[in-house]
Amino acid sequence: MGEFVLKARDLNKSYIQRSGRFGFGTTKVKALDNVSLDLKHGSTLAVVGESGSGKSTLARCLLQLQPLDSGSVLFQGRDLAELPAHELREQRRHLQMIFQDPFASLNPRMRVGEIVGEGLLIHRLGNQEEQRERVVQMLKRVGLSEADMLKYPHEFSGGQRQRIGIARALVLNPKVVVCDEPVSALDVSIQAQILLLLKELQQEMALSYIFISHDLRVVRHVADEIAVMYQGKIVERGAIDDIYRSPSQEYTQNLLKSIPGQRALALSN
Amino acid sequence: MRNIFRNPLAVAGLCIISAILLMAIFAPFIAPYDPDAIHVKTILLAPSAEHIMGTDGLGRDVWSRMLFGARISLLVGIVAVGIATIIGIFLGAIAGFYRGWVDTVIMRLVDVMLSIPTFFLILAVIAFLTPSIWNIMIVIGLTSWMGVTRLVRAEFLSLRNREFVLASQTLGAKDYRLIFKHLLPNSLTPIIVSSVLGVASAVLVESGLSFLGLGVQAPQASWGNILTDGKEYIEFAWWLSLFPGIAILITVLGYNLLGEGLRDALDPRTSKN
Repeated sequence: MGEFVLKARDLNKSYIQRSGRFGFGTTKVKALDNVSLDLKHGSTLAVVGESGSGKSTLARCLLQLQPLDSGSVLFQGRDLAELPAHELREQRRHLQMIFQDPFASLNPRMRVGEIVGEGLLIHRLGNQEEQRERVVQMLKRVGLSEADMLKYPHEFSGGQRQRIGIARALVLNPKVVVCDEPVSALDVSIQAQILLLLKELQQEMALSYIFISHDLRVVRHVADEIAVMYQGKIVERGAIDDIYRSPSQEYTQNLLKSIPGQRALALSN
Repeated sequence: MRNIFRNPLAVAGLCIISAILLMAIFAPFIAPYDPDAIHVKTILLAPSAEHIMGTDGLGRDVWSRMLFGARISLLVGIVAVGIATIIGIFLGAIAGFYRGWVDTVIMRLVDVMLSIPTFFLILAVIAFLTPSIWNIMIVIGLTSWMGVTRLVRAEFLSLRNREFVLASQTLGAKDYRLIFKHLLPNSLTPIIVSSVLGVASAVLVESGLSFLGLGVQAPQASWGNILTDGKEYIEFAWWLSLFPGIAILITVLGYNLLGEGLRDALDPRTSKN
């Protein structure tokens, strides 16, 4: 399998946007411009950048939720875009996603037990009883109870919903998890709990994370490596300490400067 | 669903529709006379204690005929809308889910169908077929699916990229699972509202067809053909035209109230004020 579990090579994706007074003109917006990534087994790669820099497009393209214009995503050496539909669906259990908005990411008309168990049902893993046990076990692991299985998503708070989302993604024992701003919609106090949970689960289940965020404070706690995106390009990448200590690009420097409380920290040092 | 009962419009509509439905279901028990029995001695009697809505030109009891006519009107309305809704969900789901050329083809088909005046199309088609209530139901159903199609398509387009749908796709769900488990249950509200409103217009179309003699055929009673029978005697037997007219009016009103009320009650954007 090698050191890298997921490799992305020269990803390109652009959108055509109507422009001009009557929408007759078109402008091409490059959401991804020759993006390449390597995700080490068991590590966390953070992708940071301001909104509109193409982070979420990257997340969706990596998981083949949107077609790429060109480039390839290699999971365990196989190009996902080349796989026939049924094999891609089969491989999807290894590649999961945790979404940003805990209010939009759970089907309001399904019970929590159904939501978390959907993956097991789709991949026909175990019989009904085994699936139920696995769901209960997963819910307990993320800090919910067995009784929560019968509730609907609207009965939970944002933080609890995000836990449900995490349980849904991890119930299949995936290898790679793409976290698309998993804590940016949560209160600061809840953010820490969720980040801690994600870290613990990473060690227990040998997960590799691609962690997408605009918040460098959050990234610092979870990431091993950082890739900085700006206007669809990766402008800088490296180990976390190097980037924080000596950013080489002006854009990265500005990002770091924009962390609130940073100046006070620098002064106190 | 519970705040439907706090909406006075919806409650009024629901009461009207339930009352008419009950009368239609229990027509054989409520009706004092055989609706098709001809009596030479009781021709064109005005409303009285014996015949509360009077009798028609063949001596038949109008109240009994109205009750049995309600069965036809409601049956045609519900079955026709059922057909239209099934077609609409099917085509709208395909168009909204797959987009691209499939969407373009279906939407242009909708545009073509909408550009044809439906009532005249139905008239033309019925003229070639034997007029029977089954033909009428099918023809009304086949010419009134366009609204539902547009509605379902629009719902699917807006739901398709919502995170919970993407999440299911990431889990490896097949298209039918995404459609039936995630998209359709979350677009049911507008579909129900438009179906209820659709029944009202189907009832009107059926009455119109029967009035023109292309709908339900004598001796079977329908509100439309009671009205037709009445028009020959309108100068001296007002009850023959008045009662079926009022029945049609109340039914259509009831469905419209229920539909509008449901829309208000089920739509979170309007239910707050």
